[in-house]
Amino acid sequence: MPVETDSPERARPEPIRAVPVRHPGRWVAVAVIGVLVAMFVHLLVTNKAFNWSFMVDEMFRPPIMAGVRGSIALLLTAMLIGIVLGVVIAVMRLSENPILRGVAWAYTWFFRAVPRLVLAILFGNLGILWARIEFGLPFDRQIGALFGVDDFEARLFGFSAVDILTGFVAGMLALGLSEAAYMAEIVRAGIQSVDEGQTEAAQALGMKRSQILRRIVLPQAMRVIVPPTGNETIAMLKDTSLVAFVPVSMELFFQLRAVGSRTFQVFPMLVAATIWYLLLTSVLLVGQYYLERHFSKGVRRSGRARTRLRGVAAESGGTTGKAGGA
Amino acid sequence: MTELTVPAQAGEPAVESGPMVRAEQVHKSFGPIEVLKGIDLEVRSGEVCCLLGPSGSGKSTFLRCINHLEKINAGRIWVDGDLIGYRERGGKLHEMRESDVAAQRRAIGMVFQRFNLFPHMTALQNVAEAPVLLGREKKATARERAAALLERVGLGDKIGNYPSQLSGGQQQRVAIARALAMQPKLMLFDEPTSALDPELVGEVLDVMKDLARDGMTMIVVTHEIGFAREVGDSLVFMDDGVVVESGVPREVIANPRHDRTKAFLAKVL
Repeated sequence: MPVETDSPERARPEPIRAVPVRHPGRWVAVAVIGVLVAMFVHLLVTNKAFNWSFMVDEMFRPPIMAGVRGSIALLLTAMLIGIVLGVVIAVMRLSENPILRGVAWAYTWFFRAVPRLVLAILFGNLGILWARIEFGLPFDRQIGALFGVDDFEARLFGFSAVDILTGFVAGMLALGLSEAAYMAEIVRAGIQSVDEGQTEAAQALGMKRSQILRRIVLPQAMRVIVPPTGNETIAMLKDTSLVAFVPVSMELFFQLRAVGSRTFQVFPMLVAATIWYLLLTSVLLVGQYYLERHFSKGVRRSGRARTRLRGVAAESGGTTGKAGGA
Repeated sequence: MTELTVPAQAGEPAVESGPMVRAEQVHKSFGPIEVLKGIDLEVRSGEVCCLLGPSGSGKSTFLRCINHLEKINAGRIWVDGDLIGYRERGGKLHEMRESDVAAQRRAIGMVFQRFNLFPHMTALQNVAEAPVLLGREKKATARERAAALLERVGLGDKIGNYPSQLSGGQQQRVAIARALAMQPKLMLFDEPTSALDPELVGEVLDVMKDLARDGMTMIVVTHEIGFAREVGDSLVFMDDGVVVESGVPREVIANPRHDRTKAFLAKVL
């Protein structure tokens, strides 16, 4: 039935002003939550064990701030290793070369199977295997012996394993290598989410596989890769506290606990740790938001979401916002 | 075989040494199913060849074999005298390296049924991407030429739009411009209008007619009988993996000799 909107004889019907559905359950919920929040605030304010003034005094001291910097450095380096190596392993996993596929599978299998805490301790103790780490011709002694030369050494440079593999580097490697295994799976899922037609179109234009990956497939895969990577980054921030077992001392949780056990104020320092991790995670969430917005280029600007919103608005009576109670 | 009005463009003398596309006994199987059962085809330079046939007849597969998106199991395909996908040395076929296959594909443009534009790039970037990435042109010149190509397909005002902001017909026209940016000798069209709303088909066909008029060699898999009749120099009817009949479009459409062609045309006309 055609509706003539501009015919003067037919007056526009009066807009609907119906009484909205009541939701008594919500008021009960508000009351219950209100009481619980009040109890919690009461606990925070009155319980002496929190020792707020002590906590606030301590939690921004130089050693703690150094710990914060250490944790952030660890987070950034471990995630960098994880992402770069993860992309490499994902590409290997999707390669036509069976050897590369096998290596990638074995890598993910190993590093996903071993808990990060165990890895951290293991890497911290790798110094037991070698006193020095040196680079050069592999099996040089054995080759020398084969040709009758004793003590044949072909090494370019080296360093003391104990210097390097304790502390920060061991923690970074343990977390980064483990992260790479998880990132590889995320990147693989992202690459596979891109329509096959994209690769075909690029092939038809005469692009090579590496170019297609870099310019066509990966940028589109990012939309699928970024959100779980954000989660991984947040998880990694928390897992930096594991390197306290390497042991790494330049790390947030280690420093807070050190203050706690030195002053016998363990609980306030645990609360301080909670607050610090909340703060840092919130910063990461903001970063994630902007990253996601950047990589949804071409999808978000479609106006498809806006059209859908308009559709929803139309269905619910033409007034957006007012539909809230439904 | 066909006499056609060779486009009076650029005044190229008709000393074509060989056909632009030559296919000999092309066989292709997907697992146990044989999709192409020995296709022979010749397309001269400047010719517009329309491939018709019921769905599943193997026409799209054959088209994809021409630029080696599908590997053929037997037979040979030459484009402008070059054997596609292989090198013949000492009576043996050697598979080409990936980069050589890619180089061959640069001379062959392809337009897909589902457009396959790069959604993360604007129309201009879609068109300019390959020439820049493959080192053909500087970024500035590529962009200039991309803009000119988009102008030519009637999208001069949509340069900065992302594919999702364009209609199907506009997307397909960008896809044609993207293929043309590589200055191909041959254009393959894989049902270019099948995914379009009826009212958008015309604008894409117009661009293709324009191309044909300019003397582009084209192989078009299509269901548009009108286009085949009006623009095509030759028509090849395929069914069940073989060429059933071929000839001048007007004649084949008016007087199909084969029963299968008759049955198909009766359905689509």
